[in-house]
Amino acid sequence: MASGTLAQSGASVVARRSSGVWRDAFGRLRRNKLAMVGLALVLLLVFMGVLGPTLAPFPYYAQDIEAITANGFRPLHPFEPLSMETGHWLGTDELGRDSLSRLLDGAQISLAVALVVQIVVLVIGMPIGAIAGWFGGRIDNILMRFTDVMYAFPDLLLIILMSVTFRNTWLGQQFNGLLLVFIAIGLTSWVTVARLVRGQLLSLKEIEFVEAARAIGVRDRNIVTKHLLPNSIGPVIVAITLGIPGAILAEATLAFLGVGVQPPRASWGSLINEGVRYIRSDPHLVLLPAIAIATSLISFTFLGDGLRDALDPKLKGKQ
Amino acid sequence: MTSSSNVSVEEQSTVEITLGDQLATEVREREAKRAKAENLLEVRNLSTHFYTPDGVVRAVDEVSFELGYGETLGLVGESGCGKSVTALSISRLVADPPGKIVSGEILFEGVDLLKLSPEAMRKLRGKDIGFIFQDPVTSLNPTLTIGYQIAESIRQHMGLPAKAAKDRVVELLAKVGIPRPKDRYTDYPHQFSGGMRQRVMIAIALSCDPKLLLADEPTTALDVTIQAQILELIQRLSEEFRTSVLLITHDLGIAAGMCQRINVMYAGRIVETGNVDTMFENPRMPYTWGLLDSLPRLDDIRGSRLRTIEGLPPLLINVPDACRFNPRCAYARDVCREKEPVLTVREENHEARCWGTQADGWIPQ
Repeated sequence: MASGTLAQSGASVVARRSSGVWRDAFGRLRRNKLAMVGLALVLLLVFMGVLGPTLAPFPYYAQDIEAITANGFRPLHPFEPLSMETGHWLGTDELGRDSLSRLLDGAQISLAVALVVQIVVLVIGMPIGAIAGWFGGRIDNILMRFTDVMYAFPDLLLIILMSVTFRNTWLGQQFNGLLLVFIAIGLTSWVTVARLVRGQLLSLKEIEFVEAARAIGVRDRNIVTKHLLPNSIGPVIVAITLGIPGAILAEATLAFLGVGVQPPRASWGSLINEGVRYIRSDPHLVLLPAIAIATSLISFTFLGDGLRDALDPKLKGKQ
Repeated sequence: MTSSSNVSVEEQSTVEITLGDQLATEVREREAKRAKAENLLEVRNLSTHFYTPDGVVRAVDEVSFELGYGETLGLVGESGCGKSVTALSISRLVADPPGKIVSGEILFEGVDLLKLSPEAMRKLRGKDIGFIFQDPVTSLNPTLTIGYQIAESIRQHMGLPAKAAKDRVVELLAKVGIPRPKDRYTDYPHQFSGGMRQRVMIAIALSCDPKLLLADEPTTALDVTIQAQILELIQRLSEEFRTSVLLITHDLGIAAGMCQRINVMYAGRIVETGNVDTMFENPRMPYTWGLLDSLPRLDDIRGSRLRTIEGLPPLLINVPDACRFNPRCAYARDVCREKEPVLTVREENHEARCWGTQADGWIPQ
């Protein structure tokens, strides 16, 4: 009996759970305060993006004529007595639309930008980088020169050209005109990931486990997808996370210039565009979306930096 | 209809044979060759060159040897003499470019591997030819579980359902001496020690019951006690699975303990070949003497220097027609610098490539 329990307790000491790369990485991430702040804010953004429209006190297009009439036909400012009374805590715009509701609706667009653009980036960048890195030689040369051309092309110009050209096609109609913008942004931002994956594959394919996989008859396709790409996923995740702020900013820039989402919907960029006319009298119309943009950019950057350190601890402190 | 029903049984079978598709005849021919083949592996005049900016490196130059069923053959020599490239050439894993198998035949059960299509060769690798690499640390993929990596070969070649494949992996892990194999199935390589990783590599190499095992310095990265265990394991499993082994090593002690026959390689050539006993008793090539002499001995005077072969192996670019060992050979004469000797029979099962030790040579027994 006694020996039985002893053996059992011994077994429980010996038996460890498999600790994967991801668990280790998350452990390191948790110790990074800035990254955790970033993660919390990112989760908040996700929360707002997914549930925003249901949480919003008003529909984003509803005008509260009574409230602005009572205010002398001027936008309500945040936290004024009248704002609190009518339920527009963060005020309204010049048409009496609730600022908080419009911000929450804009969060959805920003979240969609973050997702769709990065999916486009992955779908284009990973295969191009993987093919270039794996085959090398002439194929690599052709693909990388193409990548260089894409890199050198002025992004904003290409996005605006695409948006304007395809505005009236089927693609231009999808998702309130946003899908086209997202794809256009994605088409200009895959370059970093393609180069990254190529570089990773160039070094990874020299490691012996590739030869070992060949020696047991694994197909080339499976060597790339099962052996090499999973090994390069860390830096790719970091690049994707750090690419999101750029995409959100690009969308905001376009919206500010009037390309992309069409009224009455508004992304944070177009909110700024609308509010710029009233910047002296009603600065909250610009400040609130600007703060929202800045916060989400910083939170994704913090998270991305944290992930880089967590996924590649050797790099930490070097830079 | 009626006419065909009248055809006799013999005629029908001949009709079937003539109508038999190309593939069937090919398979039958291959089977016939297989039945005729005396040796599992016959390498004939194999040359593998590397095309570098500095010139053509003849890493393996006209190498011939054979490996019988169930035999363990040693391939011995110092670094850069072409041992590994020979093994890689057999499994056609030489990186191309810069490497290229320029000539020769590699008859595996009578079938020339160099003439197989890349796809046929891929199907052979891992199934009939297992490979153990030198460094178990870099030969396992850090992002995949041990179980997955062993099962990968089984899935590729045996077409077992997932459950059966897993059972086989657990069985293999137990066979190579990994404790609690069921629990370790889902572990990652970093949770294994070097010796255990090499056991995993052996499990991968033996997972499909290969007929030939190419072991490229399987114990070089391991310490001596683990080395002994791993060698014992390879020997035991090769007997159990009736696998022929080509053991590549720079350690004559290992070769002597494991192999029935030994090929000594120098500068891309086989310079001496023979049965272990005859060769160690009566080596007929100064290079082999040097190798044997370089082994530390128990009766060495403490603190005395270890003996080495002076000099370095030659660059294998623009090799002159001369004995390749002559710059380092204490017995070299003019003839050694003018003409390369050929492998000549010295006694039964023993050949050497040396002018000086031939019957009319100047080097005394």
